[in-house]
Amino acid sequence: MAQSSSTMVIDLVPGTIDAAALEAAVADGAAGAICVFHGVTRNQHLGRAVTHLEYEAYPAMALPALRAIAAEIAERWPGARVAMVHRLGRVLVGEASVVIAVSTPHRAEAFAACRHAIDSLKTQVPIWKKEFWADGSAWVEGTPLAGPPAAS
Amino acid sequence: MQVHVRLFAAYREIAGTDSLQLELGPDATVGELWGRLATRHLGLVPHQPAAAVNATMAPLSALLRDGDEVAFLPPVSGG
Repeated sequence: MAQSSSTMVIDLVPGTIDAAALEAAVADGAAGAICVFHGVTRNQHLGRAVTHLEYEAYPAMALPALRAIAAEIAERWPGARVAMVHRLGRVLVGEASVVIAVSTPHRAEAFAACRHAIDSLKTQVPIWKKEFWADGSAWVEGTPLAGPPAAS
Repeated sequence: MQVHVRLFAAYREIAGTDSLQLELGPDATVGELWGRLATRHLGLVPHQPAAAVNATMAPLSALLRDGDEVAFLPPVSGG
């Protein structure tokens, strides 16, 4: 089947991410590798016990930004198929806040493209994370979004 | 003119709301709108937001039009 943006699974969801569905979405007879990344809530940050995280997004921009990352990957790694789902709301320790699946003809590209996807997501998509401890909470220091292209 | 403001994450908490309607004079810019918000909510003053108008990134110098949706976006931390 020809790769097209319409085959890409991109979503923001309130509950548990169905990683198997993402893997199935990128499965392809032409693929020699499927790389699946789970970003998971860790039980501590800088020595402080974390109870859970809470995520919020601006979907009107976050979904197009995720699609743009997937499109960039499809262009840079020919034959790549990408699925990316980020969770919103409360995410407990051990649960995935984001799952990314990438299939490519060979394994080196699958690892590289999957890493590129998560690295790009962290700096280019309007999603925010608040960290909760037993005795408080704070928004995680993030990366400023790049501004608009300079006026021509 | 009226604009619709969207606030997220830390900005939302400082302002105590995730959205509001504001009446602005003609030729108001994104930066002037942020200034208005910061005079109401002093906790916003130290922040340098990225901004989007109608879901497209925009500079603080961008001119606003009646009915625009202006989002102020703190540094992002997804993943």
